[in-house]
Amino acid sequence: MDYLYYLREEKMPHIWCDGCGHGIILKSILRVIDKLGWEKDDIAMVSGIGCSSRTPGYVDFNTLHTTHGRAIAFATGLKIVKPNLHIIIVSGDGDATAIGGNHFIHAARRNTDLTVIIYNNYIYGMTGGQASPTTPIGKKASTAPYGNPDAPFDISRLAQAAGAAYVARSTVYHVGKTDRYIEQAFLKRGFSVVEIMTPCPTSYGRRNKEGNGVDMIMFQKKNSVGIERAQKMSEEELQGKIITGVFVDKEQNNYLQRYKEVIDKAKQINQ
Amino acid sequence: MKKISKITINEKWCKSCEICVYFCPKSVYDMGRFYPVIARPEDCIACKLCEKLCPDFAITVTPPDIAESIKK
Repeated sequence: MDYLYYLREEKMPHIWCDGCGHGIILKSILRVIDKLGWEKDDIAMVSGIGCSSRTPGYVDFNTLHTTHGRAIAFATGLKIVKPNLHIIIVSGDGDATAIGGNHFIHAARRNTDLTVIIYNNYIYGMTGGQASPTTPIGKKASTAPYGNPDAPFDISRLAQAAGAAYVARSTVYHVGKTDRYIEQAFLKRGFSVVEIMTPCPTSYGRRNKEGNGVDMIMFQKKNSVGIERAQKMSEEELQGKIITGVFVDKEQNNYLQRYKEVIDKAKQINQ
Repeated sequence: MKKISKITINEKWCKSCEICVYFCPKSVYDMGRFYPVIARPEDCIACKLCEKLCPDFAITVTPPDIAESIKK
């Protein structure tokens, strides 16, 4: 396939640092879109603020770069007005679970027909390495120079508990898995979340002595555990591991269907 | 003679992150002064892992049969 067909070439090369995995995720998204044969004009990519949210600037779809954390709110409106658009939301860990935390869980609860791809790099990269809700305990950040005291969010479990229809987690090293999960999420009629672990060598790796992008991707390769195997492992064995796999895959009524029922009912009563 | 896949590196977009050098299963690349060098192109099996893992859209791998047909 030709990636350049989907890119705004005049905007390249992108701003992401050397060793950053965001470009790998963008490539996965483009590969899946190419495989599904979607037209460029039928896709809308929505994002908030952050490194990950720069993604829509580089792709030649309908794109919307919104305020911090509000990508899902904007996308919900877009979906209700234009239900035939394929809407892809790209969001970082801080964008989706801190500033946009409420939008995220409520969109999952409503089961709006959206796909959210969360680039989880454990840190706010763009604004200077502040601790995000997914920074593990004890890891250093610019707002936690002696180690982060807060327990991290598990985004996939959060989405699962909030009622999302499809939840999966992968890493940038496992490109085949990432492609498969993104494809399943795109085809799902309901709120689907794909969380992808990506390295941030500049703001996270350097401060925590985890090396460059290659070292961090190598860490993902060695420390990823499939969800079936993880269920047989004890709590201590899972310490520091990344659990990958499909957490939820279920069929349920989505928001658009229920909203249409409300409209029909209101019309009947008011006639 | 063994057919060789065609690998191109766009040096304008490459940021020298060395992911291709370390993750190629056949060690096709060596790191040069600034950019990766295709040191052993005859070992390439066209798995395209480097192309998929390159975050900068800099690497393109054309498998041997397609490369041949383009030449003709």
